Amino acid sequence: MDLIVLDAHGLYCPAGDFHIDPWRPVERAVLTHAHADHARAGSGSYLAADASRAVLAVRLPGIRLDTLRYGERVTHNGVGVSLHPAGHVLGSAQVRVEHRGEVWVVSGDYKLEADPTCAPFEAIRCDAFVTESTFGLPIYRWREPRAVIDEIATWWQRNADEQRTSVLYCYAFGKAQRIAAELQAAGALATGTLACHGAMMSLNGAYRAAGVGLPEVRHASDMDGDELRRALVLAPPSAAGTPWLRRFGEFGDAFASGWMQVRGARRRRALDRGFALSDHADWPGLNAAIAATGARRVIVTHGQVPVMVRWLTECGVNAEGFATEFAAEGEPESLPAADAAAG
Amino acid sequence: MEAFARLYAELDETTSTRAKLAALKRYFNAVPADDAAWAAYFLAGGRPRMAVPSKLMRETATAAAGLPPWLFEECHLAVGDFAETVAHVLPPLVAPTQAGLAQWMRERVLPLRGLASETVAASLRDDWQQLDWQGRFLFGKLCSGNLRVGVSRSLVTRALAELASIDSKLVAQRLIGYTGADRTPTGDEFRALLAPPGQHERAGGRPYPFFLARPLVDPVATLGSPDDWLVEWKWDGIRAQLVRRDAATYVWSRGDELITERFPEVQALGDTLPDGTVLDGEIVALDGGDVAPFSLLATRIGRKRLSPKILAAAPVAYVAYDILEADGIDLRDVAQFARRERLAAVAAPLDPVRLRLSPLVERTDWDAYAELRLQSRSRGVEGFMLKRRDAAYGVGRTGNAWWKWKVDPMTVDAVVVYAQRGHGRRASLYTDYTFAVWDARSGTRTLTPFAKAYSGLSDEEIAAVDRIVRKTTIEKFGPVRSVTPTLVFELAFEGIQRSARHKSGIAVRFPRIVRWRTDKGVDEADTIEALQALLR
Repeated sequence: MDLIVLDAHGLYCPAGDFHIDPWRPVERAVLTHAHADHARAGSGSYLAADASRAVLAVRLPGIRLDTLRYGERVTHNGVGVSLHPAGHVLGSAQVRVEHRGEVWVVSGDYKLEADPTCAPFEAIRCDAFVTESTFGLPIYRWREPRAVIDEIATWWQRNADEQRTSVLYCYAFGKAQRIAAELQAAGALATGTLACHGAMMSLNGAYRAAGVGLPEVRHASDMDGDELRRALVLAPPSAAGTPWLRRFGEFGDAFASGWMQVRGARRRRALDRGFALSDHADWPGLNAAIAATGARRVIVTHGQVPVMVRWLTECGVNAEGFATEFAAEGEPESLPAADAAAG
Repeated sequence: MEAFARLYAELDETTSTRAKLAALKRYFNAVPADDAAWAAYFLAGGRPRMAVPSKLMRETATAAAGLPPWLFEECHLAVGDFAETVAHVLPPLVAPTQAGLAQWMRERVLPLRGLASETVAASLRDDWQQLDWQGRFLFGKLCSGNLRVGVSRSLVTRALAELASIDSKLVAQRLIGYTGADRTPTGDEFRALLAPPGQHERAGGRPYPFFLARPLVDPVATLGSPDDWLVEWKWDGIRAQLVRRDAATYVWSRGDELITERFPEVQALGDTLPDGTVLDGEIVALDGGDVAPFSLLATRIGRKRLSPKILAAAPVAYVAYDILEADGIDLRDVAQFARRERLAAVAAPLDPVRLRLSPLVERTDWDAYAELRLQSRSRGVEGFMLKRRDAAYGVGRTGNAWWKWKVDPMTVDAVVVYAQRGHGRRASLYTDYTFAVWDARSGTRTLTPFAKAYSGLSDEEIAAVDRIVRKTTIEKFGPVRSVTPTLVFELAFEGIQRSARHKSGIAVRFPRIVRWRTDKGVDEADTIEALQALLR
């Protein structure tokens, strides 16, 4: 029997009798990270990485939560479970499951690029690797994050020079904090005030509570017109087209997401700019991560499942797909509408 | 190439005309004239011949990226644009080059045309190593001869005119012939575009601003007596001014675009006009001597290169209805009826096949006109034009001298049965729909497709329909999906004909979506009988 299977509730470990990122309530849930499509309310008890505690307190308040430090191991029904950094967002983890000498790893979402707001991805040797595939097409090759951050900084500077607020759409949890920290590291904060939509304030607080160094990010609603004209305002994509934007008068808008790699994705959102900055692995990243596990079996989930399975199979890897209910499932080209899934 | 790439990105990233104009002026000011010459060529719509066939480009890129062909196709489907797909999949840049646009065109792109495949492939691999993402994207477009930039020719014209502080009509005139397919524009030519006006350019080929008719909304009787009006059919063609001055002919479209080379028949006609003549009228296609439906003319629109086959299949004529200049004198303040008489006199000695006078329709009362107007469709016209007898030729869509009294389009409520992905900006959205109506001719009531349409919805509606298409998909056939019938749209079209080629037995012209009938269920959609009733 496989160590991880797919049942109606999600990824399931029959030997240990627990689920990983279930999309329907179960008795015991292990969470890879706190994005809404992976961490859902209603289960009996939760196990997650220690670093995600503060964020989960915001996202799923009141759950019964146990946490593990990265690398710490617990045994449940004879199955060893440990969590290892996935580099996706603060507290994101790969779930390593070991039973009778066989090791399976569920990746959750991951990226290989450095990110000042979370622990770097760690390759785990395993027999079977369950991998995401959000950006599993060769068109997705990320540039150095710093180069993208510099572009954002240049765009902001130009808007500020023209007395125009810069509204940068990005996912409220993960991307917003990463951009804030990266802009600070790039020395770009002299341009003006860094601000955000109210929906991000509590998450910024959670990051700080978890010990992540963030620059000051003001609540945009507390600022007046003069200050706003030189500000960079981080806003969730769901704020696009809402009356909330009226306070900025004339503004420039952009979206920071891996989806922005493709011109059409930006153009049909009618945005001024798109910055391809992703918290997911790109094509080379996915292939490198898969190779580094040494897994003899690869199971592809949410994203480009048929493409990745065929590609890996042609490369001589024993690959198959799982039809999960995580975001981006089956529709590689569709943009997540809200901040449920991080691009 | 970098400066041009930056300009391209700037134009691509804004919809503001002001911002585009500023970016154009900045660019033209900053780069060497050689590069500016090529940029002006592309921006004004110039298309060099294809230097590298897309198949060769695809195979070379697929091999350079180490991908199987099917995976390149998957990528192309996701991106929608071929050159962009190539740029995305190639391995990272090795060593950037400082070469400008002109050098790239002259030394790297144009010489590739007609070379052996292996030579081209080797050259491409070498070129790609020197270009970053944006450079590769543009290089691919340059090689395909298919670079389109998000600016109109008139905006480029305006930018150049403002830069040189000269009249934009003068620049438009100087751009005549500048954008031909086999040209290699030079820095000197670019400087000539911006030069101060010379004497011989005083009159030049410049047209007059077009006078545009307003749609008639109020009842026709509010115009007073029909005796005060000249009534003509409203021709369904391309509005154009035919200018003959200084022994040269110019054909201008309404967008101040010179289309002389696209309509050699009209040019030939113009060559027979006396010097100092400007006519206003409509270019129409001919079918056996009669004015043909617009669909025939449409086969020539956008074509820069005219094959003998196209010229034979869709010959054109010029339907003249006004004269704006005669003997070099501006006639625009002369009364409509007097201009009309002058036009008839000028036209009399000319080829009656190529030059047709738009006939005056004469009835005694508006009711008679209204009845006659019902024949518009069968006559292949869009309704009537009403022109006040004593009025001058105005400017733009102003005044109350010219009215268009169009027939209403035909409409039916139809059901979406297939959806297809769009292109370019909408490559990842289902934007093209196949529509069906109920059909009980076979005994059982089924949906029979009869039209495809893709325009008429807002971005929000397209996104909403896209979600429904994905949710209700029955089967996928490449980029096409069949869907469970749930979506009902009101579809308008300009004409309807019997067709043996279509299962429905009919073909409609210019189908377009009027609105989404969210208030109607699929069962309430129209029937094939309703469509057949529209066939006379």
